[in-house]
Amino acid sequence: MNKRVYLDYAATTPVKEEVFEEMKPYFTEKFGNPSSIYSYGREAKQPIDVARTRIANAVGAKPEEIYFTAGGSESDNWAIKGIAFANKNKGNHIITTKIEHHAVLHTCEYLEKYGFEVTYLEVDEFGRIHLEDLEKAITDKTILISIMFANNEIGTIQPIKEIGQIARENKIYFHTDAVQALGNVKIDVDDLNIDSMSISSHKIYGPKGIGAMYLRKGVKIHSFVHGGAQERKRRAGTENVPGIVGFGKAAQLITENMDEHINHMMCLKDKLINGIIERIDFVKLNGHSEYRLPGNVNFIFEFIEGESLLLSLDLVGIAGSSGSACTSGSLDPSHVLMALGLPHEIAHGSLRLTIGSFTTEEDIDYVLEELPKIVQRLRDMSPLYEEVKGGQK
Amino acid sequence: MYTEKVMDHFMNPRNVGEIENAAGVGQVGNAKCGDIMKIYLDVEDEIIKDVKFKTFGCGSAIASSSVATEMIKGKTVHEALAITNKAVVEALGGLPPVKIHCSVLAEEAIKTAILDYGKKNNITFKELEGFNPTEDHHDHEEE
Ligand SMILES: Cc1ncc(COP(=O)(O)O)c(C=O)c1O
Ligand SMILES: [Zn+2]
Repeated sequence: MNKRVYLDYAATTPVKEEVFEEMKPYFTEKFGNPSSIYSYGREAKQPIDVARTRIANAVGAKPEEIYFTAGGSESDNWAIKGIAFANKNKGNHIITTKIEHHAVLHTCEYLEKYGFEVTYLEVDEFGRIHLEDLEKAITDKTILISIMFANNEIGTIQPIKEIGQIARENKIYFHTDAVQALGNVKIDVDDLNIDSMSISSHKIYGPKGIGAMYLRKGVKIHSFVHGGAQERKRRAGTENVPGIVGFGKAAQLITENMDEHINHMMCLKDKLINGIIERIDFVKLNGHSEYRLPGNVNFIFEFIEGESLLLSLDLVGIAGSSGSACTSGSLDPSHVLMALGLPHEIAHGSLRLTIGSFTTEEDIDYVLEELPKIVQRLRDMSPLYEEVKGGQK
Repeated sequence: MYTEKVMDHFMNPRNVGEIENAAGVGQVGNAKCGDIMKIYLDVEDEIIKDVKFKTFGCGSAIASSSVATEMIKGKTVHEALAITNKAVVEALGGLPPVKIHCSVLAEEAIKTAILDYGKKNNITFKELEGFNPTEDHHDHEEE
């Protein structure tokens, strides 16, 4: 295989070597069921407690407020449905945003079929909500606010502390999907007034299929999986021990090296953004310049379409993603880009490149060498570019 | 997800470009949906001497345009009018279901260009009776 450059860390990350090492024994010799009382069981139970503590420490929570799930999507589903149904006696109104992950949006749409009313807040052109809009949306029926910490496509970070403050003043529960934020932004659930939070292991160099839901002590919620007594009887099922161990280790590593990690990504991100702006015209950076995930780069390349851009990048070994309709199998480009107010025809030409721990300067140099050629090749084929060159626009 | 043929036409598209004072030009699709195809024809004695295309769109839109231009080059306009989107798909060795609309676009681009040629030369093609490419024709029917 020729040179390969992975720039899709927002989609998933590789498992770090140290994480994998720590997981290994729990597949084979330490295979016991954590619920069993003999030594095999204790051997498997103790590391779950360790992992729970590590994850709690990573977000400023207490260990008993961390519930393991099968990932970010499950955490979103559980938090939103569980809190909605458990607090139905107080009201039926939920507030969220138009740019949430589908795990939140489709859950809210589901609840709408069961008597809940949902307000989907607009965002500005940079992807941030306005606190006045949130305040205006609150009614005496509002029981839950679910607003993502940081957006997966454009990397925009929301004013989480202020949202939490508003929720608290109005005695409304506040859930946040922090799947993209964990490891990239400092999170302290007490400082930020968060009542419930979704996090996922595979975005922080841990294994896939494991995540957690933070739930502040005292918040009313329905159990998600009925059965055994695992996860304080709220999410039954024999634990994914290796997964939990890996997630715990990944959370520990990411917290220990957070400043260094953020710095590394920021430098490369700025290099990539500036390099693209210098080398290619008719581009637009999506998202916010300041309130932005340190590894997120999202550009519009006018006159070309995202999927053909991704295919071309793949042919030179570069892995990225796009919000174009043609990559999602639906006619509309991404709901996030549309919510920014971008016209359809522009939103089709987006490219997201996300940087992570293993990204190097050489990787960025390689992209800056290949990308301009690819964009030019596609533009030379585009009837839209022809019009611009011909001065007809 | 794409066949080798699609990737070949995507990476090495045949007949990209424009024809000045073309005998017929056809543009279909719209940027809103993410695909626009523009086909230029050079016609002499009802034979397509040359054909060029420009496409804004996904990989299969570019490949469909490319293979379609290959299929009609040197053919009579009547032969070109007989080309269906199915033939385009076959020539590409298949397209994923959600991408079939791209081949429809290629068929319509050819027809639109020939319609334009006909109009400029006062020729009516009975094959084009009732042909009416709508702007928003390519709903992703297959989903
Ligand atoms: C913001 C956000 N929420 C939720 C998820 C889903 O997480 P998981 O893949 O662990 O279910 C993702 C990952 O794609 C995400 O980016
Ligand atoms: Zn397409």
